[in-house]
Amino acid sequence: MTGTALELAASIREGRATARQVLEEHLALIATRDGELHAFNEVMAETARAAADRVDAAVGQGQDPGPLAGVPVALKDNLCTRGVPTTCSSKILAGWRPPYDATVVTRLAAAGALVVGKTNLDEFAMGSSTENSAFGPTRNPHDPSRVPGGSSGGSAAAVAAGFAPLALGSDTGGSIRQPAALCGVVGVKPTYGAVSRYGLIAFASSLDQIGPIATSVDDAALLLEVIGGHDPLDSTSLDQPPPDLRTQLDRGVVGLKVGLVTELTGEGIAPDVAERTRQAAAALEAAGATVREVSVPSVTYGLSAYYLIAPAEASSNLARYDGVRYGLRAPGAEDITEMYGATRAAGFGPEVKRRIMLGTYALSAGYYDAYYGKAQKVRTLIVRDFAAAYDQVDVLLSPTAPTVAFELGAKTADPMSMYMNDVCTIPSNLAGHPAISVPFGTGSGGLPVGVQIMAPALAEATMFRAAAVVEAAARDLAPAVEVA
Amino acid sequence: MALPEGWEVVCGLEVHCELGTRTKLFCSCPNEFGSEPNTNVCPVCLGLPGSLPVLNGQAVELAMRIGAALSCEVKPSIFARKNYFYPDMPKDYQVSQYDQPINVDGFLDLPDGSRVGIERAHMEEDTGKSSHAGGTGRISDSTHSLVDYNRAGVPLVEIVSRPDIGSAEQARAYAAELRSILVATGASDGKMEEGSMRVDANVSVRRTGEPLGTRCEIKNLNSLRSLVRGIEYEASRQVELLEAGNRVRQETRHWDEGAGRTRTGRVKEEADDYRYFPEPDLVPLQPNEGWVAAVRAALPVLPAQRRAALAAAVGLEPSTELVVTAVERGLDDFVRDALAAGAEARTALNRAVNDLPAGATVAVKPFAALVGLEVGGALTATQAKKVLEVLVERGGDADPAALAAELGFEALSADALAGIVDEVVAAHPTDWASYVGGNDKVAGMFVGKVMKATRGKADGKAVTALLQQRRGAAAG
Amino acid sequence: MSERLSPEVVAHVAQLARLRLTDDELALFTGQLAAVLDHAADVEALELDDVPPTAHPLSIVNVLRADEPQPCLDRDEVLAMAPAAEDGRFQVPRIMSEDS
Ligand SMILES: [Mg+2]
Ligand SMILES: [Zn+2]
Repeated sequence: MTGTALELAASIREGRATARQVLEEHLALIATRDGELHAFNEVMAETARAAADRVDAAVGQGQDPGPLAGVPVALKDNLCTRGVPTTCSSKILAGWRPPYDATVVTRLAAAGALVVGKTNLDEFAMGSSTENSAFGPTRNPHDPSRVPGGSSGGSAAAVAAGFAPLALGSDTGGSIRQPAALCGVVGVKPTYGAVSRYGLIAFASSLDQIGPIATSVDDAALLLEVIGGHDPLDSTSLDQPPPDLRTQLDRGVVGLKVGLVTELTGEGIAPDVAERTRQAAAALEAAGATVREVSVPSVTYGLSAYYLIAPAEASSNLARYDGVRYGLRAPGAEDITEMYGATRAAGFGPEVKRRIMLGTYALSAGYYDAYYGKAQKVRTLIVRDFAAAYDQVDVLLSPTAPTVAFELGAKTADPMSMYMNDVCTIPSNLAGHPAISVPFGTGSGGLPVGVQIMAPALAEATMFRAAAVVEAAARDLAPAVEVA
Repeated sequence: MALPEGWEVVCGLEVHCELGTRTKLFCSCPNEFGSEPNTNVCPVCLGLPGSLPVLNGQAVELAMRIGAALSCEVKPSIFARKNYFYPDMPKDYQVSQYDQPINVDGFLDLPDGSRVGIERAHMEEDTGKSSHAGGTGRISDSTHSLVDYNRAGVPLVEIVSRPDIGSAEQARAYAAELRSILVATGASDGKMEEGSMRVDANVSVRRTGEPLGTRCEIKNLNSLRSLVRGIEYEASRQVELLEAGNRVRQETRHWDEGAGRTRTGRVKEEADDYRYFPEPDLVPLQPNEGWVAAVRAALPVLPAQRRAALAAAVGLEPSTELVVTAVERGLDDFVRDALAAGAEARTALNRAVNDLPAGATVAVKPFAALVGLEVGGALTATQAKKVLEVLVERGGDADPAALAAELGFEALSADALAGIVDEVVAAHPTDWASYVGGNDKVAGMFVGKVMKATRGKADGKAVTALLQQRRGAAAG
Repeated sequence: MSERLSPEVVAHVAQLARLRLTDDELALFTGQLAAVLDHAADVEALELDDVPPTAHPLSIVNVLRADEPQPCLDRDEVLAMAPAAEDGRFQVPRIMSEDS
């Protein structure tokens, strides 16, 4: 049987289905179609079966196996899984088996979830199309000639294709929300610090955040409740209990103040996407919210600031892939410097190299103030502008991505055109605020469109309420897009 | 070794000290010296993908103690990443404090009364250790290297002095004083031989009164002796270069203790482009006033205060070498206890500092009794030292009078000694006449004869006094 | 194309990052990096002297851990990950520099 995570967990807990049955059906679907889509780098059938059997045994003994009892979950392959290859879709980590689990993986297991596999991504989460994978691209389930978005393209495609009702992604500049939008599923970037990063292989540490991908807002809320909350292993983890989202989900938006972000709805946004965003605003208004345009001027600098800050942090985070302790080592080097250069040349793909170069440059002597230092100040402006906006409204609304899913190869030759995909999503990462992408009908070619709702730090509950209203309106707006 | 007239050396020291915490700076692996290679490691200190640092609160406490003991201001601080590739650094960056360190602007007063400024004392993580294989063990002829990460992530405080040090001897005194402060505060064991205190010296020379010259950083100074020798060698090398009309090149140099010289390290191609930036995996450190005040209030008595107390007790200046050494070796409490037990101050200080072997334990009471025997004339200085030696051998708690008797050191009575002196005088009338006539050179001969006659039991000073007394009587 | 980046600067950056680049990659990256930096000219041009930098979206401070030892990893597991190991240690090719 398939269904939402909530439906599946309820059936399993109530004995209407076994975790093993549910799992086998999902594994069968993966076996049928993942050859075409390549959502997974690794399918963990055997460990998932063992976990399913434990859930079924617990149910048999009258125990509560947890809120995600028997629910298959797909993990982005930059989340560490003990003893299971964790590659970041990079040759430099091919075959590496972490000796420990990420905190979110531990929490999923404790909630009774079944990890079915590790999903493809842009190498080290650097990209917006999942084409920068050392193991080949992932394809969009709605149109396999098109990209699923990225970098969590494997996770979004897996959920969209029904391989698992839930997945985890990571979002540094939009890497959960943009592929969720392009694949027609829900994607959430939580408040920075709301979910532990322990065991998430870092891209840009001050921006990275793990979040849910799901077929419904309700499921996404459930998954965030399971993975959220304080973790002493992550110094940047907020001292907060897990969020309480689902109890407030159906409270509606009467009286809620919604701001449509002027700078993210005009130039650079495709007409179909812009139209759907206006319709989403109208739907919120119809449900009792007040909607107005709000200017957040400095977000126009977000892209530039992001493409200095994220590569700078990445250049440092990725220094450790040097062939000494784990992963790839290029053979035959005479000395250590040669070994470093050859290993990193062989192990990293072009986009990763490009960003390491850019980040190294932005931090290097003589350029720091002009680039990295300046970008950090822009970050302050964005934080201030958001604060001013949230003085006027409760949540902000924008498109998630500027266009619907594009053809494979369409943007690979021009990095700058690829980077433009993140223009709407980046500001939330720079500010550390939560944001969610909700599917809202289709655009050109019948492809999914997502709209983004942003909220102040730790205002996830409000954000999810608005998301639930948009989701409900989308059902009336257009029937669910048929999966090809 | 002195520099030629008109030259002076200017020196600043960077001291890395390993903190005596139970665990590492950013993970919960044991901070232990001497474990089997790569057994004190975890995902964090191995730099495994996905791992994250969490700061050890005790390391912060100890860093603040060091700052307080050095009269630094404790500031809000952040950690930064210092980026460079080296196999003993698991993440290929070092987490260190850069432009916002925890302790700034302090000073250290040395026993001789001089003051050395402290620029900063910041926290950072230690690296692992590489050893060089396939050759003689030196890096230059090795075929490959082996890396042990047990030390990676051990908490360090790096104490950077201002260039206030004007001689190798002052550098030694600074390092020794710093070490005793580290030990006194419980921040570190200060063991240079185990690498828990490591000293680098920035050395430059100048003609007196001129601006600072180009400096070289001297590494591999593994003992106080190496520190002195390394600075002296390097200063002379630089003066020779300059006097020959050459220039000093700014570089890192390594002290070679065996060869007694410094050697050039690799000239850095990368001009130290470490690309520092704030460590995003850690949050700022802002110790509140209460914490800082508590650290200051809990500081133990520091060496300078101990020197002052001992000096007052024995009636000497705090800068007196005996006082300085007594405190350096931690003997000040012992000496003061001996005084309280009735021992005479100078003799007690002298015997404790000069004649107690390092690490020896002696109970206060027998020590004070021994000092009493010597001061009272029952034992000569030589005999007292011998008794002390045996006392230490026997575990430090025995009756010194009994030991003296065992050694055959029964005291010679004043009458018996006077009789023997008279006998010797009578036996050498010609020499005696010469002595009475003013020839002091023969006094030594008489003392020697008396010593021989008493088989060394006589006190040389007492014999001399008797001889002088008898000469006065004869001349009068 | 921008004149801000010469191939020499890009080669130096590659050396700092320990990336051995082919001549083709060097030429390609020089152009592509310049294009990104050209886009960043909007930020470069901003007058922000009075604006403090934001290194981090959080305002929390003093996150500290108790000084309590925890179990370490098993050495065999650790060294099994290594491309080369010898004598309980990670083996690496000859180190050229004495600096550490
Ligand atoms: Mg240092
Ligand atoms: Zn560790």
